[in-house]
Order: sequence, then C-alpha cells, then structure tokens
Amino acid sequence: MSPVSNIKTLKIDGKDFSARQDETILEVARQNKIFIPTLCDLRGLSTVGACRMCLVEIKGTAKLLPACVTRVEEGMEVTTTSERLDRYRKSILELLFTERNHICSVCVSNAHCELQSLAQRLQITHVHFPYRYPKAQVDGSHPRFVIDQNRCILCTRCVRVCEEIEGAHTWDVMGRGIDANVITDLNQPWGSSETCTGCGKCVHVCPTGALFEKGRSVAEMLKRRNFLPYLTLMREERD
Amino acid sequence: MQGAVSKSIVIDPVTRIEGHGKITLQLDANGRVEDARFHVTQFRGFEKFCEGRPFSEMPALMARICGICPVSHLIASAKACDALLAVRIPPTADKLRRIFGLAQVVQSHALSFFYLSSPDLLLGMDADPAKANLFGVLEKKPELARDGIHLRQFGQQIIERLGGKRIHPSWVVPGGVSEPLTELNRDAILAGIPEALAIAERTLGWFKSIMENFREEIGSFGNFPSLFLGIVKKDGGLTFYDGGIRIVNSAGEVLANGLDPADYREYIGEKVESWSYLKSPYYEPSGYPQGIYRVGPLARLNVADRCGTPRADQELAEFHELQRTAVLSSFHYHHARLVEILYCVERLEQLLTDPEILSKHVRAVAGPNCLEGVGCCEAPRGTLFHHYKIDEKGLIRWANLLIATGHNNLAMNRGILQVAKHFVHGERMTPGMLNRVEALIRTYDPCLSCSTHAFGAMPLVIQLFNASGDMVDEVRRPC
Repeated sequence: MSPVSNIKTLKIDGKDFSARQDETILEVARQNKIFIPTLCDLRGLSTVGACRMCLVEIKGTAKLLPACVTRVEEGMEVTTTSERLDRYRKSILELLFTERNHICSVCVSNAHCELQSLAQRLQITHVHFPYRYPKAQVDGSHPRFVIDQNRCILCTRCVRVCEEIEGAHTWDVMGRGIDANVITDLNQPWGSSETCTGCGKCVHVCPTGALFEKGRSVAEMLKRRNFLPYLTLMREERD
Repeated sequence: MQGAVSKSIVIDPVTRIEGHGKITLQLDANGRVEDARFHVTQFRGFEKFCEGRPFSEMPALMARICGICPVSHLIASAKACDALLAVRIPPTADKLRRIFGLAQVVQSHALSFFYLSSPDLLLGMDADPAKANLFGVLEKKPELARDGIHLRQFGQQIIERLGGKRIHPSWVVPGGVSEPLTELNRDAILAGIPEALAIAERTLGWFKSIMENFREEIGSFGNFPSLFLGIVKKDGGLTFYDGGIRIVNSAGEVLANGLDPADYREYIGEKVESWSYLKSPYYEPSGYPQGIYRVGPLARLNVADRCGTPRADQELAEFHELQRTAVLSSFHYHHARLVEILYCVERLEQLLTDPEILSKHVRAVAGPNCLEGVGCCEAPRGTLFHHYKIDEKGLIRWANLLIATGHNNLAMNRGILQVAKHFVHGERMTPGMLNRVEALIRTYDPCLSCSTHAFGAMPLVIQLFNASGDMVDEVRRPC
C-alpha cells in the first residue's frame, strides 16, 4: 500500500482536514486545536473510551461515537459541538458528581481538578439528579499516598499507568456497575501491597483528588503529568 | 388562654445576630418573668462527618463551620494538627498566623459593633425596627457607618492578601502556612494601619461619650457575678493566639492560671440541655450550673493584666476603672470589643514590621507523630478549642469542638432572664422590650452557626409561655 493511500480526508465542524488512517478523531481534533472534552483519556496511555465525554456526532450514524477510540475514515463528517452533545456531556458530568461525594471546597485538588474545570468549562451550575451520598472508603495505609474513593470517577488512568508504564499492575477494577471500585492488589490495603513500587505515577495521572500525596491540605495537590509522554517515548525507543 | 395562671413570651427570630435561634420567657401568675431560655435550633454535625477524613484536610474543612470567623477555626484546627505532627512551627509562620487572626478579630468586631449593634447605640433601644440597621446609621451618622465599613474592609483585605481570599482561605495548614508573605503585600497592609488606628480611636471616643445614656442597660444587661475565662501570655498579657488559660472570679481574683489548653477536659465540663443544640460548658471545679463563666472581649480584658501596646494599655487601664472588681455587665462587651480593635491594629503594625516576617521558611513538614491533639486560640467571640484523635494512618477517628458562643451559653441565658425581668412586663411584648432582649444577646455577639457547627435557616424568635406550657405570645421578625 502506498503512503498516499494511508491519508484520509474528513470534515470536522465543517472544516476540511487530512489525517493518517490510524489516527483517531480526537487526535486530529487536538492537532487542529478543536476542543473535545475528555476525562479518561491521557496522552501516553492506552485509550479505553470509558468516560464518554468525547462523544461526537458523525453524519450518517444515529449513534454518538467516542472520538478517542473512533478512527478517521474517508469522507467522514464530524460534529464536535451541538445542543444534543452539550446535553449529553453535561448529563454525564452531573451523574459523575452525584455518583460519589465530590465536595470541591474541601478537596485537596480544588482548583486543580479536571472534573471541576470541565464542569466549569461546560458551564454546569446545578446538578439535576439526586445525589447518592454513598459511604465510600479512604485508604490511608500507604506511607506516602492516600486513595479517597469518594472522589474516584473510575477513569482507570491509575490502572493503565501502573500496568503500561510502571509494569507493576498494582491497580485494577473490582465489581461491576455502581459497585465498581479501583483496588490495589487483591483488594488489600494499599500499604500492604507487595506489587506497588511507590512510584506515585497513579497519583499524578489521577484527574481528581481521589489519589493524592499524604499531608496535602485543601487545594494543595498539584498533579505533574508531563513525565508521561517522555517515559512512553523512551520505553518505545528501548523496545 | 382561659384559666392560665402564668404565661410565656417567645421571641422568634432574634435579629441582627449571626445564626438563628429563639428565646422563650416564662411568666408567673402575676405576669412577671420567671424564667428565660435561649434556644439554638440548628444542627450540622461537623464533629461527626469529619470522621474518616485525613487530618491534613481538617483546617480548611473546619473553617467551613463559619463564614465570619473561618480564620479562627483554621488557626485552632491547624494548631491541633501541629500537635498531631508534634512539630514546632517556624517562627515566621507563627507570626503570620497571629497577623491572620488579628485581622479577623478586627473585621469580626467591626461587623458586630458597627453593623449589628451600632443601630441600638446610635438610634436608641426604642428606635423604629425598620430603621434599626446600618442604613439607619448611614442616615443619622454617615461617618460612623463609613468607619465601620472601612474597618471591616481593612481586616478582610489583610486576610485576602495573606490567604488568597477573604472567606474560607485555606492558607493555614498543619505545620505552618502554605505561602510566605510578600513585600508588596506587607507594605500594602502597613499603608492601611494609620487610617484603621484613627477609626479605632474615633469610635472608642464616641462610644465612651454615649455610654452615660445607657445607664439602665448597663445595670441590667447581663450584669451578674460569673467567672471569666480566656488565654493570656505568660506575663498575663492579652493574646489571641497562644497562652495559658486563666480564670478570674467576679471579684477579679485569679482562680486558676497557666492551665494547659490541652487539658481542657479536666477543668471544663460540657452539659447538654434538651432544649438547645448548643452545649452548656461550665468550670468543672465549681460544678453545674455554678461554674458559669463568660468568654470573649469582656472576659479577655477581665483576665488580662496588660495589652502590650501603648494605646490599648491606656484604654485597658481605663476599662478596669469601670468597676473595682471584674467588669460584670455584658453591656461592656461593646467597650471591650473596641479596646481590642485598637490593640489588634497596634499589634498588627508591630508584627508586620518584624524583620523576620518576610522569611520564606513558613512550614514544618512531618507525618502524624501523635494520635491526639488539641488546638486552642481566642476567636473574636472567645476561647476556641479543637480536639482531634487520629489513627496511625492519619485519619480522624474522633473530634470535639468547644466554640466561643458555647462557653457563653449559660451566661446568655442568665443575661436574658435579667434583662427580661427588668424590661418585660405584662403579656404583650412592645418593640422596645423585644429589642432590649435581643440587644442583650447581641452584646455577646453570638455566632450560632459556629456554636452548634449547625445548619439552619431560621432567624431568632421569642415565645411567651404560661405555667401550663401554653404559648400566649410569639414575636417573629424577618432576618
């Protein structure tokens, strides 16, 4: 196959773009500075399409498709912003807020939280669903880090970074649906995990205040994520 | 109420106070006030829902108890957390916290005096309720209202310059503070001191000039013997941040001195009455309810030997002249509040010109080293205790808070009884009677949402009850 045939042309929000055939709609949009909201996606990690924030409309398809895992196709016409998409995205965010206990004002990640900033960007002022107020656990058994399940949105970034970059696979997901939780090892206290190397990558990729460094006070947990693309690149080169 | 031999009056809601509550007055068969109760009707449960949280979140979490004095909760909570870390915080952090606390006293006292109480003092206790507010003050004596607004702004802006925002900053953290003070901010705060000082002097002068008009109120507004409790420095000086507990009796004699705030449970009992969510603390050695004590500005000036700043020391000496014994009338809370504002502004200048104040070393870092810690400071309304127990993972297992307004609970009840006996006659409340009962409460500047760490949306109400328990009158005002 000649290199030329690998290039696809498509329209995003009425504008023409060309992209490699192995690229996703999200990648093309980002390269061209078109904003599509995401929560579970993080550059340097595999994509899972879990949060559904990046849903877009594609002409000829009744279903909304997640831009992070949908590859470009020739002649594709993508819409990233519409009243319908806005409604869906807001509903998803509102449901995330009601699912556990997100109290921004007293959170270590206040003002540095992806969930919070996305809600602000999408101009969410109220949550229209009843809150569930589940009794969720805080595991402070690790000497340096804490997991607060109240603030977890099950994006699985921690699970992916631990497996794909660190290679430890300490984190995983247990349970289904509303009972799903991220766990360490076989649902043991984090502090007694034998696989955790204590590298802290999970803490820094976490989009909310669910994973944080011990001793951080409110609004003090700043996440550093720039290490991730470099680490990925270096590991790929080594392989 | 046929056949009723005695009646009771209900004031619900009590206005121009922070929070919501009601008063019931019990009348005897002759229509004289027999008993009075101050009910705090809110419940919030901070002590319970903080269980399981990492202790490092506590200062900012507990600051949410109150939007007026979040700084006091931040400081008491952070001090309790310092005890959990078992660290000595850097000297500059200590001074910065003091500045933060003083700024908050200035703004809170300004709120109490100018916004809530000056209408009573300027327009009189019998003034038209529609005018008894800051707008009424603006009309009659605009410079007084402007001074109040300016002074509150002065305090609030210091809080913003240090903590990033005026309400609920999270700048005070376990081990110190999160950011050092910049030169720019220090100079900006210092530039506001002369004006703040002038306002403090001016207002104190005005208050002293009108005090004579309130002779009857001075005599009957919570004018009774009680103990007074507050923290003082080792040399007996006034302090808001750190010191030992001193207790003086109504004769002005020191009953206890240098008590460690960490041992508060050894000398302070906490009684719970079924008719209020507000605890009734008392001095344990004297028993309940004889161990009634007062805290706050009046108590602080009664327990302190000196202020430690030149102008406030002169004013303190004059204040002590009001009475040979301890100053007993709760009406003098207003006077004490103004002396304290003067002290705070003078002390702010001393601290801000300290050569160490711009040091970048403002935080001590450690893990939890003790499983129990008590933090204590003087909030604008009185002595504040935060007491936490954690597990070895650093999660809160138990918390107890003793709030300034709580300490004054018994005294407020007794004060209401006294003022009601003096001013309330017959089965109907006149506006003047109602306002005097409320004004008594205002002298204590109670913060009811703080004191019960409570949630609620009901301003204060006064109810009148007869001996058989039937309500015969109720006074309710919009807040």
